Amino acid sequence: MSEQIFDLIVIGAGPGGYVAAIRARQLGMRVALVEKRATPGGVCLNEGCIPSKALLDSSELFSLARDKFPLHGIRIDPPQLDLAAMMLRKTDVVAKLTDGVTYLLKKNKVDLFQGDAVLKGPNPAGLHEVAVHLITADTTVLAAPRVLLATGSHAAGLPGIPCDGQLVVTACEALSFERVPDHLIVAGGGYIGLELGSVWRRLGAQVTVMEMLPQLLPSMDRQAADALYRSLRKQGIQFKLGTHISGVRRLEAAAIVQFDSGTGAEEIECDKLLVAIGRQPLTSGLGLEVLGIRLDERGRVVVDEDYQSSLHGIFAIGDLVPGPMLAHKASEEGVVCVERMAGKRAVVEYEYIPGICYTWPEAAAVGKTEEQLKQTGIPYRSGRFNFSALGRARCMDETEGFVKILAHAESDRVLGVHIVGPRASDLIAEAVTLLNFEGTARDIALTCHAHPTLSEALREAALDVRKEAIHV
Amino acid sequence: MEIKIPEVGESVREALLAKWFKKSGDTVKRDEPLCEIETDKITLDLNADASGVLAISVTEGTTVAVGTTIGQIDESVAGVETPAVAVVEPEPPKAEKRADAPTSPSVRREMRENGISPDEVAGSGKEGRISLDDLFSRISEKTKMPPAAKTAPTAEVAVPIPVVLPSTPVVIAKPPEKFSVHTEEAPVYSAGRMERHPMSPLRKRIAERLVAARQQTAMLTTFNEADLTHVKSLRSKYREHFLQRHGMALGLMPFFVKAVIEALKEFPLVNASIDDYDIIHHHYYDIGVAIGGEKGLVVPVLRNADRLKLYEIDRAIADFSEKIKTNHLAIADLEGGTFSISNGGVYGSMLSTPILNPPQSAVLGMHAIQDRPVVRDDQIVIRPMMYLALSYDHRIIDGREAVNFLKKVKEYIDDPEELLLEG
Repeated sequence: MSEQIFDLIVIGAGPGGYVAAIRARQLGMRVALVEKRATPGGVCLNEGCIPSKALLDSSELFSLARDKFPLHGIRIDPPQLDLAAMMLRKTDVVAKLTDGVTYLLKKNKVDLFQGDAVLKGPNPAGLHEVAVHLITADTTVLAAPRVLLATGSHAAGLPGIPCDGQLVVTACEALSFERVPDHLIVAGGGYIGLELGSVWRRLGAQVTVMEMLPQLLPSMDRQAADALYRSLRKQGIQFKLGTHISGVRRLEAAAIVQFDSGTGAEEIECDKLLVAIGRQPLTSGLGLEVLGIRLDERGRVVVDEDYQSSLHGIFAIGDLVPGPMLAHKASEEGVVCVERMAGKRAVVEYEYIPGICYTWPEAAAVGKTEEQLKQTGIPYRSGRFNFSALGRARCMDETEGFVKILAHAESDRVLGVHIVGPRASDLIAEAVTLLNFEGTARDIALTCHAHPTLSEALREAALDVRKEAIHV
Repeated sequence: MEIKIPEVGESVREALLAKWFKKSGDTVKRDEPLCEIETDKITLDLNADASGVLAISVTEGTTVAVGTTIGQIDESVAGVETPAVAVVEPEPPKAEKRADAPTSPSVRREMRENGISPDEVAGSGKEGRISLDDLFSRISEKTKMPPAAKTAPTAEVAVPIPVVLPSTPVVIAKPPEKFSVHTEEAPVYSAGRMERHPMSPLRKRIAERLVAARQQTAMLTTFNEADLTHVKSLRSKYREHFLQRHGMALGLMPFFVKAVIEALKEFPLVNASIDDYDIIHHHYYDIGVAIGGEKGLVVPVLRNADRLKLYEIDRAIADFSEKIKTNHLAIADLEGGTFSISNGGVYGSMLSTPILNPPQSAVLGMHAIQDRPVVRDDQIVIRPMMYLALSYDHRIIDGREAVNFLKKVKEYIDDPEELLLEG
């Protein structure tokens, strides 16, 4: 059996793995990339970020045409939904982007292997061997001094309620329903649940979100989370907080979900139950146990500051290691991990990683929440500006939400920025840059912002830190 | 305990203290590398002989005699468990940690790369902000650039010597071209149109020896070409076997070492050297193998190479490469040598004339293997061919001998079976 030798073997071609592979090639390493899917891009591209955003954008247009056009003086017949066409467009977007990644890998001369990888431990020459069970049913053996695990995560299940792909589904299936559900119950009020709940709500489904905790998005700034909660309820999404789902009864094509919101057992009928209660690191089948690679109590790979696991030469990034399970976090770690292999002193600056919930309005944040600042006793000032007072937001008729800036009370250094509102996902970039440059609220206030734009809200919020806002 | 420049070889009397890895006051552990010294032959790391706190008495960039004390290790404080490696790794970033001057992401990255902490740099920007310019001028201060490198003195502009050598006076992680960032062409850290650096002792020595070889010998080169078909097929046939048994694929070089030795046995004058008006015959085969290092070419010597097996030769060469990379090559590894082999092929050279390594009398030049049409049995066929060059000292080796020696080497490479049966 032949063995192919590389400088680095990356397992998993998601946003962590493929980015790491390309960066490693740029740094001069010979790189093998192993992926079990037919297409690269991982969950993000194939059944996560990208297809969900494609549907969010399509469903948003649909709801605009249905609900908002008359307000703008556009009279049309009620728009008709062609779900199959909408899904086809989504598939096409995914295909174009995965093709793009395939092209990038080829251009950068990354050797791509399609198959399941198993770590086999070091060979006599001290290289780590990785057996790849190829899609062709052959097995090939790769060897390298370093192996980077970037296998990502999969959806966690509700205890005792297995997903069947029909009634009880994960996000992956919820991106490809063949018809709009009558009643979709979403277990889990996190980013994924709220985004997919929004998609099907806009397309006409009755949507109920059940969350075990007494509040949505517990890691988000409370004011922001509350604003988002109000907006989503106004759109007709129903919420049951502090609710525990205890079981599911099947009734022909429907499911009866049994739950308890603290007032005793209740039942509710639905035709789809989306389980989006979190994600678990995907480590099984890699052979980690045999090699004695240490995992923590939540199944994540224990790594040091080089992202090296307890076994020398085996590295892990992305959803496999602690930190927010975000595509851009995985990409950052991928780049930093291989740069450190090459002797560079790169680090991931975790406090500056933005997080975004792509509902409408969108919610985006970077840095500390007000709750965190209170808890740690850091003196701060808060500035806030509502989109309802902003010219451009008025023109767009998107007046929900606000920008909130938290700055250090003495140094004025911006510690956190929270935005709920139209295109918050794009607006947050200015804040991320500013935090990276360790700038102050005054820096934003002294920076000219074009008029009329949504970005003016950031400047006004910055002025409001010293209560000097012009337009409040 | 005193830190002294050690004896590194017979002919070495002084060394350049190229770089301190530690600062005064740092706690060092026994066997930890302290500094890098450069002699006219090699570069090597000096390790701590004891654990304790370091006090440096000779700054980097200074040339000192062998035996000079360059610092002290205070052992009385040994065993103190302080992770004093202040140079490395500024802790994983925490916003609160950098409460003082704000920095940009690129400045933070460069600080980490150069082991500089924010309080070492005076920020010229608003509220003490550190710009990349501030940082790079601080780095250039630290590395004590000779003034000539900073500004182009008008008087010297006319000197038409493009001195751009890989070796800088001080061996630092960042090449000095990084300094000026006053230009707006984003990440291009290029300096002026010219730079001037003093030669490192190693480069100076190389220069002197090369000129001497040209001036003091009657050097001449003869050429031939070898057909690598058989060597290649042998290598690929036994690749797996060698990988499994010896942990490495069989290289090309061992075949040439073997071929040269067999040919030397038939032409002993090629293995001889001149001393004044005497000819010294060597009854041993110490073969120098040229290896390109970061700071120049070095030629470590395979002792009694005639007694080594193919894989042992391969391993010895790999060991030398590793030693060069880690600055562990000893002077002893370079001394002696009765014949040398230089492989310009690794850089893609088609044909070149190697230069003698006196007092040796000959050197074999290998080149890139290229598929070329050749005639075999009246047919034009494609074969992996390599040009061979033998430079020799005509004072001692006649043309006929040199040509026949090279022909012999060629025959052994064309037909390595004979080589293997004999060796």
